[in-house]
Amino acid sequence: MAKELSALENLVKHLAALPGFGRRSARRAALHLLLHKDTALTALINTLEAARESIVECPVCGNLDEQSPCSICANTKRPQDILCVVEGVSDIWAVERTQSYNGQYHVLGGVLSPLDGVSPADLRMDSLLMRINEGQFNEVILAMGATVNGQTTAHYLADEILALGRGVKISRLAHGVPVGGELDYLDEGTISTALKSRAAI
Amino acid sequence: MENWNDHAIILSAHPHGEGGAVLSCITEHHGRQKGYVHGASSKKTRALIEPGTHVELEWQARTADQLGRFTVEPVGGMSAASLLDEPLKLAALQSACALCDQALPDREGHGGLYHGFLALLDSFQGEHWGVSYVVWEMALLKELGFGLDLSRCAGGGKAEDIAYMSPKSGCAVSLEKGEPFKEKLLPLPEFLKRHSDSHNLLGSDADVYTGIEMTGYFFENWVFAQHSRGIPPARLRFAARFARYIGLAEEIVDSAPDADDEKRVRHE
Repeated sequence: MAKELSALENLVKHLAALPGFGRRSARRAALHLLLHKDTALTALINTLEAARESIVECPVCGNLDEQSPCSICANTKRPQDILCVVEGVSDIWAVERTQSYNGQYHVLGGVLSPLDGVSPADLRMDSLLMRINEGQFNEVILAMGATVNGQTTAHYLADEILALGRGVKISRLAHGVPVGGELDYLDEGTISTALKSRAAI
Repeated sequence: MENWNDHAIILSAHPHGEGGAVLSCITEHHGRQKGYVHGASSKKTRALIEPGTHVELEWQARTADQLGRFTVEPVGGMSAASLLDEPLKLAALQSACALCDQALPDREGHGGLYHGFLALLDSFQGEHWGVSYVVWEMALLKELGFGLDLSRCAGGGKAEDIAYMSPKSGCAVSLEKGEPFKEKLLPLPEFLKRHSDSHNLLGSDADVYTGIEMTGYFFENWVFAQHSRGIPPARLRFAARFARYIGLAEEIVDSAPDADDEKRVRHE
């Protein structure tokens, strides 16, 4: 019969299951919370409770927000004719941090991965195609990662969007040398892709 | 402590834990091997572990039957990154990696197939890679014990006149002997026929597709018939994309692995 975990062990176990936490850092966090019950632990419990109650998935784009539809979809000042398709919510945050894109988003929820059993049915592709078919989009940016699975998903989506026959422009993010990157430290694949995508000065 | 060094081609990488991954590779001397890569999501390593990348591996484990740890170093040459903008070649690469990953048994030497895979990767840099792909799939079938016999006619006809492939025996059939049964036989691509001239050896797109359908039949009905997960969806998607490329739009509708098909294939 399995031994029942004590409350402390249970706390460490659940903290250790979080991304970025190992057993050691989970123990440190648990100790900190227990030593500062009034300031840290109670505040964290209240914050977690509030997040659970208020944060929902946007039914339009799949973003996480306190309102539904999310603040991006509900913002009528943002251009409604350009759509950026991303793999996950964290990608929306990454693009938003750049402050260089102001259009709409759609979260796929992953990429096609035959070996992991991720098929088109497991991603939010139907709702994406429905949005494009019913929406006023002039351009769709396929902002998947520069990985084999990411680009396979992008090519698959491009075919599906073309098949809609809406005449929507389809683009993707550039691949190549990152800002601050020195050629000597880059892998061969990145350099060869950058050479292929070279631009005239 | 067990350890070896070898050249390998990455077949798949599954994230494991915070920053690690379990790699599956086909190696030159040690067959298909798996191993854990520490720090696989680091900037230095993550581009290296894309499927189709040619690398040098060091494998270490306490005992020979453990999963072990890989240290991965780049070798150079063709990498998956150079195919990211070419949907058809990318689909072919994914198909080849998925077939190897799911069909080859662990830790059995397949040196010939490894070198064939390297040749296939090289062929992706040129225009006429379709024939290489079909020939490589035939080599994989042979490696798995399902070799196709082009040396004779199953019906006793002339070996120089082969034009069909028997789906039952995997043996070629001559034009004369196969004519009455051609509805039941698989057409043989021109580049596999004996009388092919040098032009035909490069293979037209339609001819390559004939080859892809032929080998696909044997993968589906021979190799993966007993597999719980069925033929890899990447192979189905590649065949569907190739059909679309050569303009067989109706066949796409019939054969494209839609969501339900993929679920069915995975569960059958």
